[in-house]
Amino acid sequence: MNPVPYDKNFARKLLFDMLRIRRMEEKCAELYGAQKIRGFLHLYIGEEACAVGALHALAPADNIVATYREHGHALVRGVSMDAIMAEMFGKAAGCSRGRGGSMHLFDAATRFFGGNAIVGGGLPLAVGFGLADKLQKRQAVTAVFFGEGAMAEGAFHESMNLAALWQLPVLFLCENNLYAMGTALGRSEAQTDLCAKAASYAVPTLKADGMDVVAVHEAVKLAAAHVRDGLGPFFLELQTYRFRAHSMFDPELYRDKAEVEEWKTRGPLHTFSARLKAEGKLTEEEFLAFDAKANAEVQAAVDFAEAAPWEPVDELLKDVHTP
Amino acid sequence: MKMTYREAVRQAMHEALAADPRVFLMGEDVGKYGGTYACSKGFLEAFGPERIRDTPLSELGFVGAGIGAALGGMRPIVEVMTVNFSLLALDQIVNTAAALRHMSGGQFSVPLVVRMATGAGRQLAAQHSHSLENWYAHVPGIKVLAPATIIDARGMLGPALADPDPVVIFEHALLYNLEGELPDDWRCDIATAAVRRAGTDVSLITYGGSLPKALAAAEQLAAESISAEVIDLRVLRPLDTATLAASLRKTHKAVVVDEGWKSGSLAAEVMACIAEQCFFDLDAPVARVCSEEVPIPYAKHMEEAALPQPGKIVAAVRQVLGK
Repeated sequence: MNPVPYDKNFARKLLFDMLRIRRMEEKCAELYGAQKIRGFLHLYIGEEACAVGALHALAPADNIVATYREHGHALVRGVSMDAIMAEMFGKAAGCSRGRGGSMHLFDAATRFFGGNAIVGGGLPLAVGFGLADKLQKRQAVTAVFFGEGAMAEGAFHESMNLAALWQLPVLFLCENNLYAMGTALGRSEAQTDLCAKAASYAVPTLKADGMDVVAVHEAVKLAAAHVRDGLGPFFLELQTYRFRAHSMFDPELYRDKAEVEEWKTRGPLHTFSARLKAEGKLTEEEFLAFDAKANAEVQAAVDFAEAAPWEPVDELLKDVHTP
Repeated sequence: MKMTYREAVRQAMHEALAADPRVFLMGEDVGKYGGTYACSKGFLEAFGPERIRDTPLSELGFVGAGIGAALGGMRPIVEVMTVNFSLLALDQIVNTAAALRHMSGGQFSVPLVVRMATGAGRQLAAQHSHSLENWYAHVPGIKVLAPATIIDARGMLGPALADPDPVVIFEHALLYNLEGELPDDWRCDIATAAVRRAGTDVSLITYGGSLPKALAAAEQLAAESISAEVIDLRVLRPLDTATLAASLRKTHKAVVVDEGWKSGSLAAEVMACIAEQCFFDLDAPVARVCSEEVPIPYAKHMEEAALPQPGKIVAAVRQVLGK
């Protein structure tokens, strides 16, 4: 394997952000069991390299559109863990005032536009952001995350066509975790080569190992540069795997335990930390210190969410319309 | 100045495009073709292809792109050719445009205008004759307008574009050729219902393409010495019930005329509002004239039989008056 092409600080930043997502979501699962977090909860555990590698390749002026499995994206984009945790608790201090919950994290300050619980729903939105930027001559990239399941939706095809037809600055980031809820790619798609599908819209495509934060980061840098240079949209497939169930209600009857275990050997955290250690960029003590720091951030976020007040019920109708 | 409803719509859009560089028009055949109903004839030449955008047949995609563009700082007018095709875009309108502000805790407004043709009466059969205004009027977070006069066709678009939230405008296809006088002062609001004909014996409450039919019925009734007041709802969400109540306090009787199917119709909502707010003013049960519960047929005599007609309205009034 090639050496990690980053200085120590940036490499550690990538690792630390993956750790923050992992520890936050492990706590979320626990809090779900304790009924502090309710509704649907879709964990990203196993896929952290995708959000971390991708978002560190994007700029603050870029627009981010994500899915209902977006806790990690929101966190790495810069939404505070306090605000994310409070949102999952349903508290007014949450990043969507407790109106959205796990699937609808939003943050205007970091241009984080959700948090969409309709599969493929964010894709047309991203086209619109790209159109607005193009019309207003802003050199921003709109990065839209979606799963391979969304590629069966008409919204994917309509959005790819519009973005390509109008040469819009949209970066399509497909997180291919192989299962649309419980339906394997081969059981739902006639064409399982996702890049071939995307390429039919005359858009450049690339596959990257979504378990390797370096591979993701390099691929997104390349793709984002293409988009930012005004060369039109780009489709990137990040091949990844979700270690946990689809949601907290999923008994996982559709995949072999052995398959999950096999993918876990490629887990983005331990493989990357092993590489850094082998290259002398990280010691075990330093790793443990990062882990402790991540856990402390999680505990502080939980304490914040616990202590935060509920929104008064008389504000129920607030913000249906703009005042 | 005498003009058609079509010309009034055209002038309204022309004015908006000329006045605000953020405004652009997007939809099927709005450019080269000049608009399915010729409402944007000459616009492509006047404003160029960046602002007059012909779209592929991707209603979900381009309505969603309109939402994204609105979030990105533009003021899009999205033309959906007909309400029938708008069903393909319903997801983006209901799940994103209408919900986004509340779901994000008030962080984002969606200043989007969607225009579409609606209604039956041209022998276009079951898939091109819908009147589904009430589907949209059911949804919190959007405003629904039904311009039925030359003034409203000219005047409603400006305030709709100035509104920070999504506005859906229904233009009944039979109204485009309507001719009338546009007074010098044509400015109007998008909040109130209007009394189109004053009367004392019964209130005819209607909107959109049924307004000319209700006015024709009122004319016939006048010949029988029955004085009908005709109320044009204009705004289907939120309903201006104060204007209805004021009329009912005067007439004590009401017939609601609605081209939608009777079950679950907008007429049903109006009748419920009357029951809630005007019960003790009523001298007779409220009646309604709606479309028959059948897919709209092609044959002329069958289509006419399926829709509200002046004769049916007159008959309903006689029944309410016990005559």
